[in-house]
Amino acid sequence: MRLLTFKGGVHPPERKELSAEKVIETAPLPSLLILPLSQHIGAPLAPVVGVGDEVREGQLIADSEAFVSAPLHAPASGRVKAIEPRLSFTGVKINSIVLEVSDSQEKTGLAPLTQADLTPEKIRKRAREAGLVGLGGAAFPTHVKLSPPSDKPIDTVLINGCECEPYLTCDYRLMLEEPEEIISGLKLIMIAVGANRGVIVVEENKRDAGQILNEIAEKEENIEVVLTKTKYPQGSEKHLIKAVLDREVPSGALPFEVGAYVQNVQTTIALSRAFWKGEPLTERVVTVSGEAVSHPKNLKVKLGTPAQDLIEFCGGFSEEPDKVIFGGPMTGFSIFDFSVPVVKGTSGILALKVGEIELGDRSNECLRCGRCLDACPVFLMPVTLANLTLAGDIDGLEAKGALDCVECGSCAFVCPTRRPLVQLIRYAKFEVLARKKK
Amino acid sequence: MSQETTTKKSLFISSSPHFFSSENTNRIMYLVIVGLLPLTVMAIYTFGFYSLMVILSSLAGALGAEALALYLYKRPISTLLDGSAFLTGLLLALCLPPKIPLLLPFIGSAFAIIVGKQFFGGLGHNVFNPALVGRAFLLISWAKHLTSNWYKTVSVDAFTGATPLFLAKQVRAGELTYSISRFYKSYLIQNPYGSIGEVSALLIVLGGLFLIGLRIVNWEIPLGYIGAAAVSAFIFRGDVIFHLLAGGLLFGAFFMATAYVTTPLTRLGRFIFGLGCGFLNILIRMFSGYAESTTYAILFMNALTPLIDYYLAPRRFGVKK
Repeated sequence: MRLLTFKGGVHPPERKELSAEKVIETAPLPSLLILPLSQHIGAPLAPVVGVGDEVREGQLIADSEAFVSAPLHAPASGRVKAIEPRLSFTGVKINSIVLEVSDSQEKTGLAPLTQADLTPEKIRKRAREAGLVGLGGAAFPTHVKLSPPSDKPIDTVLINGCECEPYLTCDYRLMLEEPEEIISGLKLIMIAVGANRGVIVVEENKRDAGQILNEIAEKEENIEVVLTKTKYPQGSEKHLIKAVLDREVPSGALPFEVGAYVQNVQTTIALSRAFWKGEPLTERVVTVSGEAVSHPKNLKVKLGTPAQDLIEFCGGFSEEPDKVIFGGPMTGFSIFDFSVPVVKGTSGILALKVGEIELGDRSNECLRCGRCLDACPVFLMPVTLANLTLAGDIDGLEAKGALDCVECGSCAFVCPTRRPLVQLIRYAKFEVLARKKK
Repeated sequence: MSQETTTKKSLFISSSPHFFSSENTNRIMYLVIVGLLPLTVMAIYTFGFYSLMVILSSLAGALGAEALALYLYKRPISTLLDGSAFLTGLLLALCLPPKIPLLLPFIGSAFAIIVGKQFFGGLGHNVFNPALVGRAFLLISWAKHLTSNWYKTVSVDAFTGATPLFLAKQVRAGELTYSISRFYKSYLIQNPYGSIGEVSALLIVLGGLFLIGLRIVNWEIPLGYIGAAAVSAFIFRGDVIFHLLAGGLLFGAFFMATAYVTTPLTRLGRFIFGLGCGFLNILIRMFSGYAESTTYAILFMNALTPLIDYYLAPRRFGVKK
């Protein structure tokens, strides 16, 4: 099979061997769940329960009137202990529902849907009701994504099984263990957006997962599995579309502009469950890994579970970590407090040591070697943008395409002098957007 | 926080990415030096102990000036050993005559570091290749010493003590009838006529290819440089092989014109930079009063680098040209 790929990008160490063979285990229910009211892109939620209320697993506990938002359901039965700002993995405090988990668990949920309900409207409605967001990390509300403008027909749905971030293996395990659910979810998406072609995209380093999916996909008429080269950031939406369909999403536009739709495997599974079984999104699979973790695992985790509970379930730290990360090492957030909870977008918790990572705490002068230009998958000049950021030249930043940056971090990864390139550009994007709003 | 997951050590917090490639400044600089080693050893073997003294004098000037500048500018002294000053000193020594008075390499490389590099803001900020700035300074100030002091020269008719390049100029001017193709072999293997670093075209190319293979040096500049030089020499009716092998052209193409800081960022820009260097090198060599021309060709293109970068930004993803 010909391997698809894109231009640019980098090859970070994969480090997936630490957890790739670990079958998904269910993490024990913690005594306390912390549920931030904003764990998606869009409007924050308002609680629909009060302090002291008893809630059941699967019960709606927070919602919003806004279109771009996704409701939240109780991941376990318990009592609302508090609604107060709690520390999140981003390092800021976010208003959160704190749930004291009861000894007795009782489950509720949505009504399962049937063949008769297979209409775009009902699938979209179900995605919203179930609180689905992109579980690859971006946490964009799924029902919004499933509602492209009617004048933009979508012909192909791509299921993103690339998992190009080092260490992470949760999507890989799901592809091995729940391939039918992925195909089932893909069919739902194809109906919802009116696409007649479905493609599951897997990186070459997960060839076995691709084979398993292919065996099922071969029975389907419109579904196929393709392999891409293992290269970061293959999982980026734009680069998935470029590699598989050879279409370039125009600068500033979304995938529907080129008739494509991309969804992560775990979200696809969650959609299938929400539709056919009526399960709202209350749990996800998280990879707990890194050299400083005693027993790396792939865990099915209730949303709101504090990081420390998961680390303890993995045997605690084998050695003291130097950095603990929520997400992957290329785009994740370093945390300083282990009480922060798993949210919908949490794909991994990594406890890392110097040696497997570098702290990135020093920066030297730019050599103008041009490696960042070769690495940039959207063909920017990262060094030039970084210099414009330092000079405060907002006009220049906008003209040179700072907003096109996908923040993959490839530029900072390859920089031999460890300049904080993507970090400066990230800041620049913020400044450019702030001025645009004025 | 529970007992089991607390750490005594403090955690490091930074924004992503948390992964970095293994490449760093020191490794790049020292690998370039490694690429120059076979050539340097061959030069010392060919030109003798004195040429080693020339190299050491140049290194002393470069490292001494760098240390002084770092001290005066209150910059971390640790960067003295990042390999960049050492490389500048070595590069300058390699483009000097093997019997040059020992004070000149010292002065030249000190000038290269202080004026060529530190006055512009230090590593990464210089507009011109420091080693070539040093050489240009010596060439202007001590022209006679820079165009004599050869280990071996050729004498044909009235032209005594000449380099083959000088002879080629006279042949071209019609003042001399002489076959310059007899120098091919010595230029390629072991050349006693030129600067220290011109001792073997073969070792220059091998060193260059070694660095290209390691992706330390890009291939666009040497290809553009040598390609444009060959085409220009052909158009101007020069001996193409002679012009590629003679003088500092190959050394310039692989080691001087490829210095990151003073060359364009984009691959296309680099190729165009190389083309400009190759064309100018032959143009100056064949039509100006100078016999040697690599220095000025590269320095001129260094000055054009910001312009090339400005006009040759890559096409952004999702933007039509």
